[in-house]
Amino acid sequence: MDQLPPTRERQTVGTTMRNCVVACCVLFLGACSSAPSSLRGTADLATVIARADGQVAILDTTAHQWTGKVAGLGDLSHASIVYSRNGQFAFVFGRDGGLTKVDILNQTIVGRAMQAGNSIGGAISQDGKLVAVANYEPGGVRVFDSQTLDLVADIPATIGKGPDRSKVVGLVDAPGNRFVFSLWDSGEIWIVDFSSGTTPEITRFENIGTQPYDALITPDGRYYIAGLFGEDGMVMIDLWHPENGVRRILDHYGKGETRLPVYKMPHLEGWAVAGKQAFVPAVGRHEVLVIDTDSWKETGRIAVHGQPVFVMAHPDGKHVWVNFSVPDYDTVQIIDTESLEISGELKPGTGVLHMEFSPRGDQVWLSVRDDNKVIGYNPYTLTRFAELPLPSPSGIFMSHRAGQTGL
Amino acid sequence: MRKQHKYMLLATLGWSLAIPAPSQSQEIVHDKAPAQLERMVRQDCGSCHGMTFKGGLGSPLLPENLIAYSIDDLTTIILDGLPGTAMPPWRAVVSQRDAIWMAQYLKQGGNN
Ligand code: HEC
Repeated sequence: MDQLPPTRERQTVGTTMRNCVVACCVLFLGACSSAPSSLRGTADLATVIARADGQVAILDTTAHQWTGKVAGLGDLSHASIVYSRNGQFAFVFGRDGGLTKVDILNQTIVGRAMQAGNSIGGAISQDGKLVAVANYEPGGVRVFDSQTLDLVADIPATIGKGPDRSKVVGLVDAPGNRFVFSLWDSGEIWIVDFSSGTTPEITRFENIGTQPYDALITPDGRYYIAGLFGEDGMVMIDLWHPENGVRRILDHYGKGETRLPVYKMPHLEGWAVAGKQAFVPAVGRHEVLVIDTDSWKETGRIAVHGQPVFVMAHPDGKHVWVNFSVPDYDTVQIIDTESLEISGELKPGTGVLHMEFSPRGDQVWLSVRDDNKVIGYNPYTLTRFAELPLPSPSGIFMSHRAGQTGL
Repeated sequence: MRKQHKYMLLATLGWSLAIPAPSQSQEIVHDKAPAQLERMVRQDCGSCHGMTFKGGLGSPLLPENLIAYSIDDLTTIILDGLPGTAMPPWRAVVSQRDAIWMAQYLKQGGNN
C-alpha cells in the first residue's frame, strides 16, 4: 500500500547534479520494484466504486483492465467521486462520512478524514483548492483543503435560525469558486461564495419547493437546476443573475396524474443535453422528459421501460442512455434524440446502477451490481468488448471529470 | 400542510393505478429466496436507509430505532409505505411473506 514510486514532482525538485543522480537511482529502483506503472497520464482512467467491500478499482479504458484496487474506504453505498484538477487524485465521498483522497496512478490512499456521520456526495471548487462534502448528519456542508484535507469551513444547514438542520443534497461547484446546494427538509437553495477567502458569503433562497432531491449545473456553470420530490416540477437559478431568484420549470408535468411508488431517487448528475434539448428523469413515472433549453418548457415525454434513474447523453449528442430503478434495473434503453424514440435496448444483467461514457464517446461502461461485473460496450454497435469482475460495482467516474464544472 | 394531504392521497392512489404500467403488469409477486431478500434489503432499501441501516434520506433502521414497532407494524410499513413521505409502498415487488422476512431481518439487526 505504501510503496510510493517517485513521482515526476519529486524528481524535478532536485537541481544539483547529486540530487539528480539520487533521484535517478530512486526512479530506477522504483521502476524495478513492484511499482504499478511507469510514467503515464490519467485521461483514460476511471475509478469505480465496489460498494460491498469498501474499495475502489482503477479502470484502464485503453487496456480494458483494472490497474489496481484500493481498499479501506468504509461504507461506499451511494458513494461518489470528484477529481483533483490534474486528474491524479480522486476524492471519494462515502456514505459513512468518510472523505478519502486516492492517488489513482499509484493506487494508494494519500489522505482520509471521517468528517461527518452520514453524507451524500461532494464537489471540488473551480480553482481545485477546496473540496466540499454534503452531509445528511449533521446536516450541512463541510469544506476541506484539497491538499491536506484540513477543515476550512463548516456550514450548518440550519432551518430558519436553527437549531434544527436539514439534510443537504445536490451539491455542485459553480464558477467564481462558489458551491451551490439544496436543503431537502426545508426546501431551500444556498449559494456559498469562496471567492474572497475561506469565510464564505452565503446567499439563501427559501421556499423553493418541497423536498428537492438532487440537482445539476449546466456544463457552462450558468444554470443550477434542482428536482423536487414532494411536488411536481423543477426549480432553476440563473447564476449569472442570482438576483432574479428562483424560477419554476416543468411545473405542469404530471399535474393531476398519479405517481408510481418511487423505489429509488432519480439522479440529476450531469446534464443530458443534445442540441437545444435537455433530457431529465420524471419522478415516479415511466418517462423521460424533454425540455427546450431556450424557453425551459417541456417539449416532449418519452415512454420508457421503468422509472429512470440516470439519463446520460452520449458525448456526440445523438443518443441518450437511460437506466432504471428496481425492479426494472436489468435494462438500459437508448433514446434517439432526433426522433425521440427508443432506438436500442440492452439487458446487461441485474442491477445496472451506473453508466459512464469515455470522453469522446467511443466506449460506455456499465456497472452491473448483482452480477458483480463492469461491462464495456461499444455504444454504436452495442457489442461488449470487456467484462471485468468487481464485487457490487456502482458509480463509474472517468478522470476527465477533472476538467468539467459540476462533475 | 395541505400539500402533505395531497401526496398522501396520490401515494395511495398511486398504487391502485400502478397496475397497468409495463413492469408492474407481471401477474403476482413471487416470494424470493433469502439470499435475494438479504441483497434487496441491503442494496435497494439501503439506497435510502444506508447499506448498514444507519440512515440516509430514509431514517436509520437499526434494531434500536425500531423498538416501538412490532413485526406486524413493520410489515405494513414495508408493504404500504408511509404516505406523505419518501417511503414507498413495496407491495408491487415484495410479497407479504417477503415483507415479514425483511421485518424480522431488520428487528434482529441483520441476522435471520
Ligand atoms: C426512496 C427512498 C426509500 C427507500 C428505497 C426505502 N425507504 Fe424506507 N423510508 C424512507 C423514508 C424517507 C422514511 C422516513 C419517513 C418519515 O417518517 O419521514 C422511511 C421509513 C421507513 C421505516 C420506518 C422507520 C421509522 O423509524 O419510522 C421502515 C421500517 C422502512 N422505511 C423500511 C424500508 C424497507 C424495508 C425498505 C426496502 C424494502 C425501504 N424502507 C426502502 C425512504 C425509503
